[in-house]
Amino acid sequence: MALEVMARASTPIPLDASFRAEPGELLALVGHSGSGKTTLLRTIAGLWRPETARVTVDGEVWLDTASGVNRPPHRRHVGVVFQNYALFPHMTAAQNVIAAMDPGAPNMRSEAERLLALVNLPGLADRKPAQLSGGQQQRVAVARALARRPQALLLDEPFSAVDRATRERLYDEIIALRAHLKMPVVLVTHDVNEAQLLADRMVVIEKGRVVREGTTAEVMADPEALRAMGIREIAAMLPAIIVEHLDDGLTRLDAATGPLFLPTIEGAPGTRVRVRIMAHEVILARARPEGLSAQNILAGKVTRIVSGTGPGVIVHVAVGGDEILARITRRAADQMRLQAGDAVHAIVKSMAVARDHVARAPARGEAAQ
Amino acid sequence: MDWTALFLSLRLAGWTVAILLPVSILAGRWLAFRQFRGKGLVEAIVMLPLVLPPTVFGFYLLVAFGRNSPIGAFWQEAFGHQLVFTFEGLLVASVIFNLSFDIQPAQRGFEAVPVEVREAAACCGMSPWRSLWRVELPLAWPGVLTAMVLTFAHTLGEFGIILMMGGSIPGETKTIAIAIYDRVQGFDMAGAGIMSATLVAISLVTIAATYMLSARVGRRLS
Repeated sequence: MALEVMARASTPIPLDASFRAEPGELLALVGHSGSGKTTLLRTIAGLWRPETARVTVDGEVWLDTASGVNRPPHRRHVGVVFQNYALFPHMTAAQNVIAAMDPGAPNMRSEAERLLALVNLPGLADRKPAQLSGGQQQRVAVARALARRPQALLLDEPFSAVDRATRERLYDEIIALRAHLKMPVVLVTHDVNEAQLLADRMVVIEKGRVVREGTTAEVMADPEALRAMGIREIAAMLPAIIVEHLDDGLTRLDAATGPLFLPTIEGAPGTRVRVRIMAHEVILARARPEGLSAQNILAGKVTRIVSGTGPGVIVHVAVGGDEILARITRRAADQMRLQAGDAVHAIVKSMAVARDHVARAPARGEAAQ
Repeated sequence: MDWTALFLSLRLAGWTVAILLPVSILAGRWLAFRQFRGKGLVEAIVMLPLVLPPTVFGFYLLVAFGRNSPIGAFWQEAFGHQLVFTFEGLLVASVIFNLSFDIQPAQRGFEAVPVEVREAAACCGMSPWRSLWRVELPLAWPGVLTAMVLTFAHTLGEFGIILMMGGSIPGETKTIAIAIYDRVQGFDMAGAGIMSATLVAISLVTIAATYMLSARVGRRLS
């Protein structure tokens, strides 16, 4: 029931990659532009055929250069959200969605309206794309991709064409939508934050090759994996619950080991969120510090210290049942004589957490790293 | 006013458009979407009638379709009369000559359809045929329409090729443009004037109608 992809090519860019996405799983292909991640997505959709490649979905062979199988895109049940959405400009939102249904399917109009409601776009079914905002167009594109009843859903940089505020909202919507999706979802992005917020597993692509594949938490803690994307991207996701919005512009959240104060986070009290804590923004202390401006002090225990080739080390700190990462210099770790098992306090500046580093937690039962 | 000549011209223009409509859609789409070796040469050949004097073009067609040519001999054999100096001969010449007026605008029309939109159509499960009807033609049709109108108006006014290929047989090959020339040769300036004005009026109305239609489509899409 999974999506399996293998592709090798020497032009237009060198490609030698294979990966697998399970049903219901969101897999992020992360890499710089030109790394080949979009080419891999196009290979799945049938818009590109590498010299050597094999694509199977649910055991169905879509492409196999060895045996000469190559289904054209319209014979693959694939839903694609293009970077600029590629909506049909002469059709209304509803017509765009209906266009992806099998001709002659029953109740197309009501099904289109159901899908548009699912992507939070009720009441705009009869607008043309030109009359919709970027975020609304993206939602139509998602509804259209789902109308195909795809065996695999492919998202090609779907958030890159909207402004930051809209993007934050769309992240939450995709997370909520995922409870309804049973097919593998492949997200192509150059944005590591986006991948960490949304993906269950990540494949880091560099120059057409897979440099690391694993759960999002594993990959995001691995300095070697993130060398290509920037070591400063190393971060952990900390689950928390919104408690209250304070008068001074901060939001109080409860994490496993105590309160967190962060700049205003949208969401009603009781909303479960995940907060991306950048490893290089975390300070470690052996004793609980006093008289400190930083608002968030989390007591925890060192579980692992990972050193790479650079001057830094990644310290894994268990806080309650969760984990945060601290990237400190090897010199500091040595001076502190840090070892696995040591009790430490992790200090996080409130202002170090950007607004778009917070996302809703997926619905219960939906595993996410 | 030579009504026979006017109706002959309208008939010739109408048939030329009817034959070229599918040709322009298929050839224009092919040239717009496909990259292949020698594409520049194909485009140059398509453009050639646009720059050649019609008499030169007409001369080659006359040679190619004449009684002694293979094509002319085949026609004589199959239909019992020769191809040149007949309406069919004019129509064949008109179709060939108008390819450039026809394919070019249609090609531009299809080129205006973004490649992602075509890819989206395929990923929505549309076969190439369905994609052509549901997505490409609705977006490319201002170009296709322009092609048709240019072909129509241009055929009405064509002179050189028709003179070379058709002679001037009333009801068969004597089009309005030839009739005007005849009237001037016969010093009937008033008759020539009326027919010229009629031709101007028909052409102007056709082209103006196209522009207004295209502008409305443009507004609808933006």
